[in-house]
Amino acid sequence: MSRIGNTFRALKAQEKTALIPFITAGDPDPELTVPILHALVAAGADIIEMGVPFSDPMADGPTIQRASERALHYGVGLKDVLAMVAEFRGTNTTTPIVLMGYANPIERMGYAAFAAQAAAAGVDGVLTVDIPPEECIGLADALAAYSIDMIFLLSPTTPASRIKLVAQRASGFVYYVSLKGVTGSANLDLDEVASHIPVIRERCGMPVGVGFGIRDAATAHSIAQFADAVVIGSRIVQEIESSPREQLVDNLSRFVRSIRVAMDTK
Amino acid sequence: MKVGELPDEHGHFGPYGGIFVAETLIAALDALRCEYELARKDTAFMAEFRYELKHYVGRPSPIYHAKRWSEHLGGAQIYLKREDLNHTGAHKINNTIGQALLARRMGKKRVIAETGAGQHGVASATVAARYGMECVVYMGAEDVKRQSPNVYRMKLLGATVVPVSSGSKTLKDALNEAMRDWVTNVESTFYILGTAAGPHPYPMLVRDFQSVIGEECLVQMPEMMGRQPDAVIACVGGGSNAIGIFYPYIGHPGVRLIGVEAGGDGIETGRHAAPLSAGTPGVLHGFRSYLMQDENGQIIETHSISAGLDYPGVGPEHAWLKDSGRAEYVAISDDEAMQAFHDLCRFEGIIPALESSHALAHAAKMAPGMDKDQVLLVNLSGRGDKDINTVAQISGIVL
Repeated sequence: MSRIGNTFRALKAQEKTALIPFITAGDPDPELTVPILHALVAAGADIIEMGVPFSDPMADGPTIQRASERALHYGVGLKDVLAMVAEFRGTNTTTPIVLMGYANPIERMGYAAFAAQAAAAGVDGVLTVDIPPEECIGLADALAAYSIDMIFLLSPTTPASRIKLVAQRASGFVYYVSLKGVTGSANLDLDEVASHIPVIRERCGMPVGVGFGIRDAATAHSIAQFADAVVIGSRIVQEIESSPREQLVDNLSRFVRSIRVAMDTK
Repeated sequence: MKVGELPDEHGHFGPYGGIFVAETLIAALDALRCEYELARKDTAFMAEFRYELKHYVGRPSPIYHAKRWSEHLGGAQIYLKREDLNHTGAHKINNTIGQALLARRMGKKRVIAETGAGQHGVASATVAARYGMECVVYMGAEDVKRQSPNVYRMKLLGATVVPVSSGSKTLKDALNEAMRDWVTNVESTFYILGTAAGPHPYPMLVRDFQSVIGEECLVQMPEMMGRQPDAVIACVGGGSNAIGIFYPYIGHPGVRLIGVEAGGDGIETGRHAAPLSAGTPGVLHGFRSYLMQDENGQIIETHSISAGLDYPGVGPEHAWLKDSGRAEYVAISDDEAMQAFHDLCRFEGIIPALESSHALAHAAKMAPGMDKDQVLLVNLSGRGDKDINTVAQISGIVL
């Protein structure tokens, strides 16, 4: 079983929900990324989503757009991101890493080359925002050859009939986008989200993570009652953006720990 | 798979096209595809579309023989398809009417659009006013500066113009922002995409609405001079005016189809907007096609004198037409386009758009090497009034 599968199984045994923080690789600068990854794990992260910087992040709000721009300022590309994962794996062989990004950097490297290099670096899952199941065959086959999970988004606009199609292609977990809109938007309707999750879990037969719009400990606590994983992105990137470089890791750790505590409170 | 029978049901033109979008938009694209399938078979819908093209746009647009310029060039005869004479001054209105009628059919009261030169923004604001819809136009902050007359026209027509300051502040960034708006407001909003690009069904839908250009030419050319032209030439940014005039000619193998990209400072400088001439395939804005990108797959900034051609991608059907060999693609530099711009002003009394000037410049290159009885048909896709500030600036003149 994959590192992602093992993680969810172990958490289930402890009756805990997975905490999945998101950071953009190379934000605020490439030297800090691996220290940030280790700090996130120490503060209670179970899985980490690493954003691959892209010049045209169509599905992201302004906060994550700016994170991409900061990383691109240092020329951080997909190869650099894989090198960061490999460095992280030097001292952490248990925490799953999911790469999240857009199709083109992977297209450019080539599906087979990407899958081989991602596996060698120690990547566990790949979520490509703009590759829906209909267009995923080539990448899915390449990733499957290295047992890397392919993770897909489900949204409030996904019809029931489509959830099955997504489930056929997905592995590891599925990621439910808890609101219509780009990353970091406001106005999360908790009841609406809560009503969808059991149906999706039933149809997909795998863990369901919830993300987009989770900004504080209280919301994380509520989501943790019904979801298998809580994904926090824009709010963490904001912490990175607003912290002086020397306090950044401490601030981030404090914030993630507060989320962890809230999620584990029954 | 035969050229001209594409896309397939998933929106593929060979390896190009497709639907590369976030899950949130899949349902909206599905709904649009289904609605368009019904609309195109609905005689009342198509009749209304044709009525609007005739009475509101002023179609058919004439074909004009540019005799004096042809004589000056000393070779082939150049004919111009006068899309510049359409209401709003460019071919863009053909598509915005079609999409606005679809929006109304789907009960959407709010439309959004992206724009580069501002022509599509103006055409969208125009139809939104015509059908009583709210309209928001996203435009790169750089383009807002370059095309201030069009910004004001949109405002006069009641649209809200939102300057986009992310990335290179041009058309691609406006498109990103329009997509973000659509993801957020997908239930109330219809996205009027301006070019034959984006996720399926847009490339097909825009092509179909713009094909009126080529369909008219097929009838008009034999009427005017007894036969079809030897070549059809059109500028290509996203590629909507080009696919509009090319598509009906695909089944006429005797007619060469030549797309002209923006060569900027010259292909060899890397400062251009010519993905078909010097790019590589990739995925951007919901579809696979040729792109301007670096070795990491990041989209690189484009350069062109013409805001409407300043785009790092190109419609997927053009990528397919290039690979299949049915159409040829060349690049024309800023300087060459400027020369053609001035020539058409002086020899024919027509101020062409800087976009269309690229197609004109290529015709001017080809004509002298051809016989006097050969014919080049150029799509004069828009008028150049919007560009006079840019041209004056280049000439060192303060208006």
